[in-house]
Amino acid sequence: MKPNYEMVIGLEVHAELKTETKIFCSCSTAFGAAPNTQCCPVCMGMPGTLPVLNEKVVEYAVKAGLATHCRIAPFSKEDRKNYFYPDLPKAYQISQYDLPLCSQGYLEIECGGKKRIGITRIHIEEDAGKLVHQPDGGTLCDYNRCGVPLIEIVSEPDLRSADEVDAYLKKLRSILVYTGVSDGKMQEGSLRCDVNLSVRKKGAAEFGTRTEMKNLNSFQFIGKAIAYEFRRQVEALEAGESIVQETRRFDEKTGKTYSMRSKEDADDYRYFPDPDLVPIELSEEYVEQVKKTIPRLPDERKAAYMEQYGLKAADAENLVSEREIADAFEAAAKQTKDARTLAHLILSEGFRLLGAGETQIPIAPEHLAKLADLLAEGRINNATGKKLFAQLWERDGDPAALAEEQNLWQISDESVLRPLAESVLARNPKTVESYRSGKVQAMQALIGQTMGAAGGQGNPAVIRRIVEELLKQ
Amino acid sequence: MKEICKMTATALKAAMEAGELSSREATEAYLTAIEEREKDIRAYLTITPKTALAQADAADKRRGRGEALSPLDGIPGAIKDNICTKNVRTTCASRMLENFVPPYDATVMGKLSGIAMLGKLNMDEFAMGSSTENSFYQITHNPRDLSRVPGGSSGGSAAAVAAGEAAFALGSDTGGSIRQPAAFCGVVGLKPTYGVVSRFGLIAFASSLDQIGTLTRDVRDGALLLNAIAGHDPKDATSVKREYSDFGAQIGREIRGMRVALPKEYFGEGLHPEVKEAVLAAAKKLEGQGAEIVETSMPSLEHALAAYYVISCAEASSNLARFDGVKYGFRAEGYENINELYDKSRSEGFGREVKRRILLGSFVLSAGYYDAYYKKAMQVRTLVKRDFDRILSENDLILSPVAPTAAYKIGEKIDDPLTMYMGDAYTVPVNIAGLPAVSLPCGTDGAGLPVGAQLIGKPFSEAEILRAAYVLEKEAAI
Repeated sequence: MKPNYEMVIGLEVHAELKTETKIFCSCSTAFGAAPNTQCCPVCMGMPGTLPVLNEKVVEYAVKAGLATHCRIAPFSKEDRKNYFYPDLPKAYQISQYDLPLCSQGYLEIECGGKKRIGITRIHIEEDAGKLVHQPDGGTLCDYNRCGVPLIEIVSEPDLRSADEVDAYLKKLRSILVYTGVSDGKMQEGSLRCDVNLSVRKKGAAEFGTRTEMKNLNSFQFIGKAIAYEFRRQVEALEAGESIVQETRRFDEKTGKTYSMRSKEDADDYRYFPDPDLVPIELSEEYVEQVKKTIPRLPDERKAAYMEQYGLKAADAENLVSEREIADAFEAAAKQTKDARTLAHLILSEGFRLLGAGETQIPIAPEHLAKLADLLAEGRINNATGKKLFAQLWERDGDPAALAEEQNLWQISDESVLRPLAESVLARNPKTVESYRSGKVQAMQALIGQTMGAAGGQGNPAVIRRIVEELLKQ
Repeated sequence: MKEICKMTATALKAAMEAGELSSREATEAYLTAIEEREKDIRAYLTITPKTALAQADAADKRRGRGEALSPLDGIPGAIKDNICTKNVRTTCASRMLENFVPPYDATVMGKLSGIAMLGKLNMDEFAMGSSTENSFYQITHNPRDLSRVPGGSSGGSAAAVAAGEAAFALGSDTGGSIRQPAAFCGVVGLKPTYGVVSRFGLIAFASSLDQIGTLTRDVRDGALLLNAIAGHDPKDATSVKREYSDFGAQIGREIRGMRVALPKEYFGEGLHPEVKEAVLAAAKKLEGQGAEIVETSMPSLEHALAAYYVISCAEASSNLARFDGVKYGFRAEGYENINELYDKSRSEGFGREVKRRILLGSFVLSAGYYDAYYKKAMQVRTLVKRDFDRILSENDLILSPVAPTAAYKIGEKIDDPLTMYMGDAYTVPVNIAGLPAVSLPCGTDGAGLPVGAQLIGKPFSEAEILRAAYVLEKEAAI
């Protein structure tokens, strides 16, 4: 790979809103129902039916806009995007074209330092249905998803690496989940991402020609697609070829992107204002009302964690990524003497035990706090801390009682530990010899054995000191 | 009692209330009339005698208990076939919807619940046309002269009312589709202010212009029917949130001091002298009743027709895209893939005029042409509205012809779409501006064919329009 290229990325993220009902009718938006059980003449686009805008959709979109520092348009409208496809029963999608609800916002990411990523616009639109291709060649249409409300969040081309994209998406997702605008479930398609990517020589002022990769729905695929597409474009340029502006499909199996259609054959969507709907006019009072419903957002919490508890930026960022985790941390932090220890417990042990998509820590805040205290006070060592954390995860309870019951208290008493260390050294003359001949790391083995002899409950610092002393003799 | 099939809905209602006539008797009389006259008129696409009689019997029972559902309870009427009727085939006179049976009612059908619905009426396919010759199924004949068209697109509605095949009918008016056939057949057509009547269940032609309205024997019936169907509908975002008082409240009041404007552009080139004469005579009659006739000018009129065809076709191209052969309606045979399914189904399912307008509409919205056509037309729309605003701020009403000629011969213009389009010049501006207007007979031409006059008013001024129309109706009858 030539090191003198950089990638320029802008994202279009589609997020399904968490409204109870669809955007233009009163059908349920619940995921996973039997095909075509959540649709009606309106979302099926039957002749003579008319859309009526669900006001919750506007509220949620405004929330998302305010949470990403957008300007909220006092006047916006809905437009028709016309194209034929069997998953689109009206043969047009109601979206917003030139007057979106929100514009000119940004969000901040932490990726080797703080960076601000511009948000061009957020607009509302309806989702299409789903086509199910049958093994025998037939295709079935499921219109349950038809009319589920979406917001499309379009970023500026401010992203420069797959890591930044990852950080941006995680931040955006957490904001949407915090505000209750979306459930953010990528595996259910609640969050889908189109990646616009171009490359240019580092330092160049002009952008290169971009390609668009559509409908990526996992962080893993997004990362792979970006890596592949970056390499493909750089190699093409290096070979003297030019990049074609086109839509490309990422194949999950091969990890490659394939051309779908170029700009020349792109559909002409014949956008025009939907005459069935009236313009959306929002007063300042309305926007203020919505603003009041926005909870403390990740950035605010992160700053507080760093200031109050002295957490590192990256640690604080990870803690706030999921609202439920941040809530659990905050509840426990109030009850412990050492919030940093608590944070590290959650970040290392909690994150390890949480399954993909899980955000619920099954340990009561007071027990988490107590566990952190036991560690901070030296009453248990780290290994025991991990062990107890895992036990509490399985069955919540009082960590002190658990430690007592299993006799897991840390042993710091020299008169107990010194004889154990002496006998370990006596049993391992070769290791002692190699340490003394200059192999410093040999000491670690002796410390480990002594810890083992202490049933894993020894105070590591005390053991180390004793072993060091014995070796010097 | 007069012959039942010549009575107005108001008179039928009175007779039923007085116990002189049952809904069943009236409905049977109409069904008999339909049976006798349909072979000549061909106004109906679907006749629903069983439903009508069942509804009539139910209405009679209600009336017996003193529980009439609505002022039109038990009155036999018929519905244009682009208004969805639950469990009754609704075709839009298109092959595309030959077997389409809506599982829901249009909002107006709920408002009219209690009527004895005689059936569904012929029209130009998807309401595109001015002669009802664009129906996939049949040609409707003008009851006043069977060799002539009934006008369109609500030609079936106008013909049924004129022929005594329905006491009243619902139609829809996108560019004159109620007023022009009313004029051709010699009945009263009322196109309400945009947003007064819910469009839910009206199969859209051009959403920003479409409005359901009434075709009746006289002005009073128009008020009776509008009272029943008007009102805000939460299912139609463009329906206006407003309370309405009796639209017939001003009927019978004099018109002394009313200012009636005659914009000279409505009386210029292209208007048949005999039509002009009849409309000017109507102006004289209004003047004779104390109205002040004011000559004025409406410069935007000459651009209105072009703007109308751009806007209506643009909207239609999108509204009719859902008829793709995938979910319901006509699907062609012998396709290899989804694009062929679309192409063949739409090519075979739509008629020539519909396809012409879809093409026009797709063109004016396409990249590179949008500004020159659609955007420009929307600017003209603003100009037309301003002109009307100005004239109607200084005057109460505008009086104009409905169409440049009386009813023409079947086949006379069908191969000349442009001439056909020109016939809409006097009616489309009203739709562009969303105004209410009524069309009513004001005389006859040399051949004895009815000539219509159009009265246009400010938004929500239906009661004033009907007041003046009632005066003219009485005067014209003399």
